Amino acid sequence: MAEVEPRSHDVLIIGAGGAGLRAAIAASEAGASVGLVCKSLLGKAHTVMAEGGIAAALAHVAERDSWQVHFRDTMVGGKLLNDPRMAEIHAREAPQRVRELERWGAVFDRTRDGRILQRPFGGHTHPRLAHVGDRTGLEMIRTLQDRAVATGIAVYQECTITHLTTTDGRVSGAIGYWRADGRPAAFQAKAVVLATGGIGRIYEVTSNSWEYSGDGHALAYLAGAELIDMEFVQFHPTGMVWPPGVRGLLVTEAVRGEGGILRNRLGERFMWKYLPDARRHEYAETDDEAMRWVEALTEGRQTDARQPPELSTRDNVSRAIYTEVKEGRGSPHGGVFLDISYLPPDRVRRKLPSMYDQFTELADVDITRVPMEVGPTQHYMMGGVRVQAETGATTRPGLYAAGEVAGGMHGANRLGGNSLSDLLVFGQRAGVAAARAAGALRAMPALSASQVDDALAELEEPLVRGAGDDPYRIHQELKATMQSLVGIYRTENDLDAALASIAELRRRSEGVRVDGPRAFNPGWDLVFELRNMLIVAEAVTLSARMRTESRGAHSRLDHVLSDPAWEHLNVVICPDGLAMRVEGTPAVALTDDQRTLVNKG
Amino acid sequence: MAETILWVLRGSDRESARWIEYRVETEEGMVVLDALHWIQANLAPDLAVRWNCKAAKCGSCSAEVNGRPRLLCKTRLSDFPEGEAITVEPMRAFPLVRDLVTDVSWNYQVNARIAPFAPPADAPEEAWRWQQEDIERIQEFRRCIECFLCQDVCHVLRNHETENEFAGPRYLVRVAGLEMHPMDQGDRLAYLRTDAGAGYCNITKCCTEVCPEHIRITDNAIIPLKERIADRYYDPIRIAWRKLRGGSEPGEPPAPAS
Repeated sequence: MAEVEPRSHDVLIIGAGGAGLRAAIAASEAGASVGLVCKSLLGKAHTVMAEGGIAAALAHVAERDSWQVHFRDTMVGGKLLNDPRMAEIHAREAPQRVRELERWGAVFDRTRDGRILQRPFGGHTHPRLAHVGDRTGLEMIRTLQDRAVATGIAVYQECTITHLTTTDGRVSGAIGYWRADGRPAAFQAKAVVLATGGIGRIYEVTSNSWEYSGDGHALAYLAGAELIDMEFVQFHPTGMVWPPGVRGLLVTEAVRGEGGILRNRLGERFMWKYLPDARRHEYAETDDEAMRWVEALTEGRQTDARQPPELSTRDNVSRAIYTEVKEGRGSPHGGVFLDISYLPPDRVRRKLPSMYDQFTELADVDITRVPMEVGPTQHYMMGGVRVQAETGATTRPGLYAAGEVAGGMHGANRLGGNSLSDLLVFGQRAGVAAARAAGALRAMPALSASQVDDALAELEEPLVRGAGDDPYRIHQELKATMQSLVGIYRTENDLDAALASIAELRRRSEGVRVDGPRAFNPGWDLVFELRNMLIVAEAVTLSARMRTESRGAHSRLDHVLSDPAWEHLNVVICPDGLAMRVEGTPAVALTDDQRTLVNKG
Repeated sequence: MAETILWVLRGSDRESARWIEYRVETEEGMVVLDALHWIQANLAPDLAVRWNCKAAKCGSCSAEVNGRPRLLCKTRLSDFPEGEAITVEPMRAFPLVRDLVTDVSWNYQVNARIAPFAPPADAPEEAWRWQQEDIERIQEFRRCIECFLCQDVCHVLRNHETENEFAGPRYLVRVAGLEMHPMDQGDRLAYLRTDAGAGYCNITKCCTEVCPEHIRITDNAIIPLKERIADRYYDPIRIAWRKLRGGSEPGEPPAPAS
């Protein structure tokens, strides 16, 4: 360990998006010394891309809203596979987490009586999303960033973590490198919180940012922790489809929340056809009723009109769009039309400013005049590290996880707006729990010299290898495999083909070679991201293969119905020697009170 | 398939950096960042460029295209005349790390010196009610994605060694967002006048021109702050008052006698 002097903190947090920052604030306020490591600059995490809002039953717009209704919506949206304890904690605590952001300087849009405004979103019974136009994530990350910096935590920017260390079976630190110059970095800690976000870069068409290579999922797995629900990958219904350079870029659900109408090439409002019978009564029956709902929204008053069919859950709208395109009713560039141009241009520009800019600047489309073209794009990972609901503790001592990297909260499908609230609620809880665990540990665990040496040797290898494969090429092939074989619709044959392809890509990835220096070398970055992405891709595919039914975001063409035998089972992934083990595990049962709430709908 | 020529300034220090020519296969709608990714995947896997969201929301991919500060993810190849080469180089106001990546850590140091949001601890719930019109002004400032293009283009920072004397447009915008917040009780005018060096800005509005979020930095943030400084420190009536009251502001208790 001669090469690198470790930095020590009670709590080390990996990832500085919403969950990591909220955890850092909580741990610091609990008295822990906190180190926050992020692979980008501070304030650039994927959270900045969140647009629509933070779901919380503040009941500012709909007085009838309550945590109980939010809980039910979340469970119904997740097809009851969510960990109900997480869903309940989330629904109960989200309002106070939002109010707290305001006390820390966030400036949300207002209702007429001057309170935090809430907008409607798919799957939410009432208007529930606290928001700032369509840049809510930026408001949230800047508020948390300023607060975290003011608490005096240590921030380590542009530092990539590639390995976790363990001491006597407990996670005790992390190894990686400083991107600016490529020097090795080491940290030791009494508790480590993973807050690394999602996995979108395993797909070709994704709304996710560069950071999303499943780093935390893979780090946890390599440290022996369990992953859960990895078959549930959310495809957001509306990404840009044209021009090619921006394919996948998110078109916020707020467009539909503000009244956006989906139509096919023939001009048909096709979502009427795709509403599930069990929920049809929650939606408007006619264009006229949907229009009355939009008018009430625009004028800021309550209405008895029910919401438009476009506000069905994301899994359902994505399948609908996919099917319309597949059956030949798509738009010229292979999507469908999303129209908000019937509203006054001023309102569109005020409520959806970044959508307006995005389409005028990147596609030469004025959304106040003509419809957008949209199609599904990989957006979110419901699955993640298996955690204890109350604390975010993983199945490995000393290791915690919060936010998108953690699994369980959203079950088979996440509702829009429930991600930002998830980051706040479980980020705060993980920060508190990690600080408490650190406080209970008397001495800083020692880093094992051999673990550090092995990690550093692994970092060095691709730079000194004489010949080898190109990581960019392997990444392209992985994305193509996942896009075509493990996308919205899946079959056993496709999944088997994907597993074979992933195994071959893994074999090739073990001998990759990188040109250039250590300093800010994107090829070198990609080597370790590729290792992580291959682990995640295999976990997604194995889990999808095991779940022989369709539920939520997981749709099997060879098992098109939901199977009651799977209703109470989660799929769990964990390492078994060098192999990946996959098995079903009983889902956490609802309490009687929770069941009553869910059945009220 | 069409071809575009990109000249990229590459190297690890300003003196030895070299312009390298790349011929990039292009398709409709591509932005400069797409072209750089194509170069990484096909010609130069170690080409250093900072980026995250590729959606103009994170402000990571700032650089200078044909000499003008821009977000690489928002600059379309079709914005330039067909057949003409496009130059891409790192921001000039910051130390070079490698290729298109610069060391922007100075900005974070400036930020850390700004007194944070300071609401009254005991304000009742009712006090946190504001009309939309009352907050639109600060919501404009809070659109900032911290791309630092305004810092890069600002001639005070770009052409003079003023990084210890002038906070730059980005941080005047941040202070404006705090000072004009309906609940904030902090007082950052002394900081603005001295440490932040607000007087250095001579209102050339270059920052406003390059802002990808279209924040009217000069008109809406900097000029109102300058007016507040002038009101407090350069208003003759106030100066007279301070002399009479031993250095304190109107409404404040007099300074203790030394």
